Amino acid sequence: MASIIQVGMADLKLTKAPNKLMTAGLGSCIGICVCDTTAKVGALAHIMLPDSTQAKNPQNRAKFADSAILMLLEEMDKNGASRARLQAKIAGGAQMFKFSGESDIMKIGERNTQAVIEHLAKQRIKLLAQDTGGNFGRTITFDVENGSLLVRTIGHGERVI
Amino acid sequence: MKNVSDYLELSNIQMDALKEIGNIGAGNAATALAQMINSKIDMNVPQVSILEFDKVPDLIGGADLYVVGIYLTVEGSAPASLLFIIRVEQACRLVDMMMGKPVGNTKPQEMGEMEYSAMMELGNIISATYLNALAMFTQLTMTPSVPALGMDMAGAILNAILAQFGEVADHVLVLETQFKKDTEDVVGHFFMLPEPGSLDTILTALGVSH
Repeated sequence: MASIIQVGMADLKLTKAPNKLMTAGLGSCIGICVCDTTAKVGALAHIMLPDSTQAKNPQNRAKFADSAILMLLEEMDKNGASRARLQAKIAGGAQMFKFSGESDIMKIGERNTQAVIEHLAKQRIKLLAQDTGGNFGRTITFDVENGSLLVRTIGHGERVI
Repeated sequence: MKNVSDYLELSNIQMDALKEIGNIGAGNAATALAQMINSKIDMNVPQVSILEFDKVPDLIGGADLYVVGIYLTVEGSAPASLLFIIRVEQACRLVDMMMGKPVGNTKPQEMGEMEYSAMMELGNIISATYLNALAMFTQLTMTPSVPALGMDMAGAILNAILAQFGEVADHVLVLETQFKKDTEDVVGHFFMLPEPGSLDTILTALGVSH
């Protein structure tokens, strides 16, 4: 039986086909989806912040872009994925509040997006598609069978990337 | 800087003290809300919870729920975040009541600048009354920022706010009150999220420090 596995904020999960991975209500956070469609294994990390080296409390590695990407690689390795076949898709990184000031927290979505792209490139993981930015939330469902990512929003349409 | 372990070490007396300030703050805020919409508002006994980030959306009814969130930061001796979260349908009803229109007049897809502005004013007044009561009780200085408004999935709105707590902790202390109209309908949830370092300041001011 195929099941849909929920991934919470600052969390990371791995599964094999035909299961799917899902995370609800991505705002400034980013869902990083990585899969190997030949080994039919995939993982999803729901990160909140760009950089674990700037944090006072970096223990939860799934919370930060840099450490979560390393964790994704380790988990995928352990479960028979080939590093060369890995492909990534990302969604999220929005700016949720209107009339926001200049404070850093309001730009966190943009900083998260930059950090994720940078760290994927650093690890030589191919970024196939992204649905990031804007001012709206996203709920995503990742099919590890074929690597397709369904992005749902409220009032900003629904698409598969 | 205080961190997770300190949250988990809170005694019953400290939890009760936090509930009590929540009660006083929310009581005043409920009265202000009732005056704005000219209708009776009830509230529940405030809850104090120490939650992992991913459990916070469950307090409201799930990360997927369509809500309006009004967010303010508190500056002064005890920095915190304040968040008033309302289901979109309820927000429309509140807007109608505030503007003296028949309830059901405003539809979610018709919410525009005027309606947002009304909602922000509501958030402003609720937060200011809540903080005034808290400041009087604790003798701490608490100044609210200008409100910011978001209308989207509850999880998405919470993300942006919880991210700033993510730098220092994996848990967040939530002081939550539900406002109800005519006893049964939940109007909205009001959250106060003290920054980790503020907790000691508040507890000391209440005379229940470690």
